Amino acid sequence: MPNLKDLKNRIESVKSTRKITKAMQMVAAAKLRRAQESAEASRPYTARFNAVMAGLAASVGGSDSAPKLLRGTGSDDVHLLVVMTAERGLCGGFNSNIAKLARAKAYELKAKGKTVKILTVGKKGRDAIKRDYGDLFVGHVDLSEVKRLGYSNAQDIAKDVLSRFDAGEFDVATIFYSKFVNVVSQIPTAQQIIPASFEDIEGDDSGAVFDYEPSEEAILADLLPKGVATAIFSGLLENGASEQGARMSAMDNATRNAGEMIDKLTIQFNRSRQAVITNELIEIISGAEAL
Amino acid sequence: MANTMQFDLVSPERSLASLSATAVQIPGADGDMTAMPDHAPTITTLRPGLLKVEAPEGSSEYLVTGGFAQINGDSLSVLAEKAIPVAEVTRAHLDELIEDARASHEAAKGGDDQTIVDDAAKLLADMEALGTHMSL
Repeated sequence: MPNLKDLKNRIESVKSTRKITKAMQMVAAAKLRRAQESAEASRPYTARFNAVMAGLAASVGGSDSAPKLLRGTGSDDVHLLVVMTAERGLCGGFNSNIAKLARAKAYELKAKGKTVKILTVGKKGRDAIKRDYGDLFVGHVDLSEVKRLGYSNAQDIAKDVLSRFDAGEFDVATIFYSKFVNVVSQIPTAQQIIPASFEDIEGDDSGAVFDYEPSEEAILADLLPKGVATAIFSGLLENGASEQGARMSAMDNATRNAGEMIDKLTIQFNRSRQAVITNELIEIISGAEAL
Repeated sequence: MANTMQFDLVSPERSLASLSATAVQIPGADGDMTAMPDHAPTITTLRPGLLKVEAPEGSSEYLVTGGFAQINGDSLSVLAEKAIPVAEVTRAHLDELIEDARASHEAAKGGDDQTIVDDAAKLLADMEALGTHMSL
């Protein structure tokens, strides 16, 4: 049976752990609000962009002159997986869920005899995938210095991906991120960005026939690379909100567990103290009786 | 005939403007154009430049780069990769644009397609003129 001093120390240590997790939860809550706001602010752009692209892709997509980014390279032998995760841990299953999805995809593609290349964004995902598929890494983007995610971050990643595509390094690119549903639910998602697919996006239903300046093909060629950046940007923002949401609920759980532990330890502490007192009394009484 | 149309200016990071406008001058890829209510539906890509919005409440100007404008008779959406209200534009923003223009001009010089070189040179000149226009 642990003595009283040990128990007391234990209780103190759990209490300070609870303070830390509580503080982290509150920080995450504040950051979550900001992340959600930026995700919200980017939505009108993404939605309109995709609507126009869907319309353009539908009218030009079938022809042979369509840009490679839309049509694909004609094969799907080499896949690039862009795995976007957080730079920090302590956010529940957030990082490992994305990594798990990416690993499963890599495994499936390898089983089909495809070549897989992996580009990681965020340190945690890199660490999680390194053991199984470390030899497939072709690059890494470090966002740990970034205080506030901007479109330029997404543009940099897109530039990297596009230059690899132009160099013929891969045929199909897929991004992995976590879609933010609410604080307790984030869904790891895989989204193919090259060749771009707009099939599940509602086109512009205004029915208007547009004039295109310069030409449909030129606009499409100009916008497709921007589409890659847009997809990556919205993935990053969803990820940002998901990370904070996951951290918030993980830290909330940790705080609650610490509270329960403190209650249990306190009861144990009080019982042992009572036992010590009772023991002393018995000793005194039996000593007095013996006289 | 309506004399205003819904005008939206959005960038990936935020929505900058959503108001009723009477006329909007757009720096289109093939040249500036002014869209007024009941303009024929048009989609055009943007070149870096100034977007001028005329509204009943007053006019405003934005510096936009990259993206496109979608004109529907009764509404106009401009999706720009970067959009900054002119009042907030600093010399640094402009220098960045001039630098970009210069880089693409240098890159174009290497090629043999004269129109691309001319376009790049014009863009560079435009960007430098923009600085004078905004008296920065």
